[in-house]
Amino acid sequence: MHWKILVTVIAGLALGACETTSDNAGSAQGGGSATGQGSSSGGSGSSSPQVSSLAPGGVPAGSQEDLVTNIGDRVFFGLDSVSLSAEARATLEKQAEWLRRNQGVTITIAGHADERGTREYNLALGDRRATAVRDYLVALGLDQNRVKTVSYGKERPVDARSAEDAWSKNRRSVTTVN
Amino acid sequence: MRNIKRVTRYRISLPLVALSALFLLSIASPTHAELKVDITSGKIEPLPIALPDFFGNGAQAHTLGRDIAAVVSANLERSGLFRLIDRKAFIQARSSLRIRPKFPSWRQINAQALVVGSTEVRPNGQLRVEFRLWDVFAGQQLVGLRTDTEPQNWRRVAHIIADAIYKRITGEQGYFDTRVVYVAESGPAEKRVKRLAIMDQDGANHRYLTSGAELVLTPRFSPTAQEITYLEYRGGRPRVYIFNIDTGQREALGDFPGMTFAPRFSPSGKRVIMSMAQDGNSDIFVMDLPTRRVSRLTSHPSIDTSPSFSPDGRRVVFNSDRGGRQQIYVMDSDGGNPKRISFGNGRYATPVWSPRGDLIAFTKITQGEFFIGVMRPNGGGERLLAKGFLVEGPTWSPNGRVLMFFRQARAGAGGGKPKLYSVDLTGFNEREIRTPTAGSDPAWSPPKR
Repeated sequence: MHWKILVTVIAGLALGACETTSDNAGSAQGGGSATGQGSSSGGSGSSSPQVSSLAPGGVPAGSQEDLVTNIGDRVFFGLDSVSLSAEARATLEKQAEWLRRNQGVTITIAGHADERGTREYNLALGDRRATAVRDYLVALGLDQNRVKTVSYGKERPVDARSAEDAWSKNRRSVTTVN
Repeated sequence: MRNIKRVTRYRISLPLVALSALFLLSIASPTHAELKVDITSGKIEPLPIALPDFFGNGAQAHTLGRDIAAVVSANLERSGLFRLIDRKAFIQARSSLRIRPKFPSWRQINAQALVVGSTEVRPNGQLRVEFRLWDVFAGQQLVGLRTDTEPQNWRRVAHIIADAIYKRITGEQGYFDTRVVYVAESGPAEKRVKRLAIMDQDGANHRYLTSGAELVLTPRFSPTAQEITYLEYRGGRPRVYIFNIDTGQREALGDFPGMTFAPRFSPSGKRVIMSMAQDGNSDIFVMDLPTRRVSRLTSHPSIDTSPSFSPDGRRVVFNSDRGGRQQIYVMDSDGGNPKRISFGNGRYATPVWSPRGDLIAFTKITQGEFFIGVMRPNGGGERLLAKGFLVEGPTWSPNGRVLMFFRQARAGAGGGKPKLYSVDLTGFNEREIRTPTAGSDPAWSPPKR
């Protein structure tokens, strides 16, 4: 019985680890269902244990995995738009709060566009989107020096199919821990 | 009747090779209607032309004669202006052609033009190629040309011959002795590898210029065709670079706080015009290359990008969404007097001024489809030449008569595989340009000198 609980905890940890690949994992909403604090599975023997804080879900706090799993690393945009939806603002408010908690973290915000525009215009549009996200985070108190932006235009889709549901996933900004 | 004797010199960039071309005898007859194709109007009935293998004495000359004829034929055929007559129909034997064509036997197979050539490997190892273009019905020589060069330059000789034929028949400069730089694409769309690649306009002599380690986009030739300006994500920072084709060296253009992109050389080659994005706003700047001085041309809270100089360097065409939607604008080369010129339905992008100055090519997006089109610099006379789920990025042939662009079909998982195409200004004769991998962002070189 005790054995069974331990297995669940480890499985939870493993799942968290699987979801960490930053960009291609899809929308990765804050799926942190807080499966216990995963106290280093019974390792009570050693005299001076290495202690590092674990965020909910069992990933290192302040890491990309933490951001993806517990906060959400990306926000989405409408067609040819740079305005932040209520949902996008909610995600960014969580990011701002998370960045306050993890003061050592610096980030890069990458802006992306769907394939239905021309290459150069989309580079400019991606830059606008990344900047809109940066400006919102800075307005929420993030130090400008902790954030960089980059645009990939339409060059790095997460879903390369030519379909509206793919395009809406590709019109995004992604926050990455440096 | 007049006799015109001209001597023209061609120089090939390889320093040791002097290729001299001698226009042999060219006689124009006032009594005979000119053998001429007007390439400016509508669908063209291709001119029937006979092009036997060039006659070569000896095994090497024979092979070169066959290869040169094949390259000339392929160029002429692809132009859409010529129909190569099946060689099985030829009546006169190749060996006797050297003396003089028997015109009745060429008229009999309805050839209007005849190309007769010979190849000879000289005692000093040089390759001598001669050719004559004949008007079959008038029985007259239209062009004669002799070249001496290293045998390994045989492809260039073939392109120069094709250019001479094209020019004599159409009255326009040929575009066969040119190259194309483009972005070669491989791998899945989510992490596509993009490399600069260069090839002759017919796809021969293909080679990669970059390794694919860094993302590269939008290459464009300098007016001397020795350099390419393009966008590279070196160290994760997208910036405009200049790449020297001969040395392989690359250099970042300036050190700006934001992304620089959408570069193009000025017609003089002394300036590069580009966009810079700063705080989310993209404006147009121009850098003077000798002094590295940068001037701002636009200052508008909109996306201003894809600038292109007029061939006289006095005006710049670009696209901007300052009116709410992406449209084409023309301004003076100091940034003054911006005027919108596109007013049709949809969004207009990637304007490129024709080397002749008479037209601007663009990409248009409307009702879920992409088009390649042209309009006059005042915005009038819009014509759409090609369409697709995605077509983008037109580039002009140096004579301003053909456009190259890329097209991508609606994609399933794994993403689209763009391909290069060319289309005539008439909207006819669309051709795929074969590349080893998927390809995008073609840029046509100016003529070689």
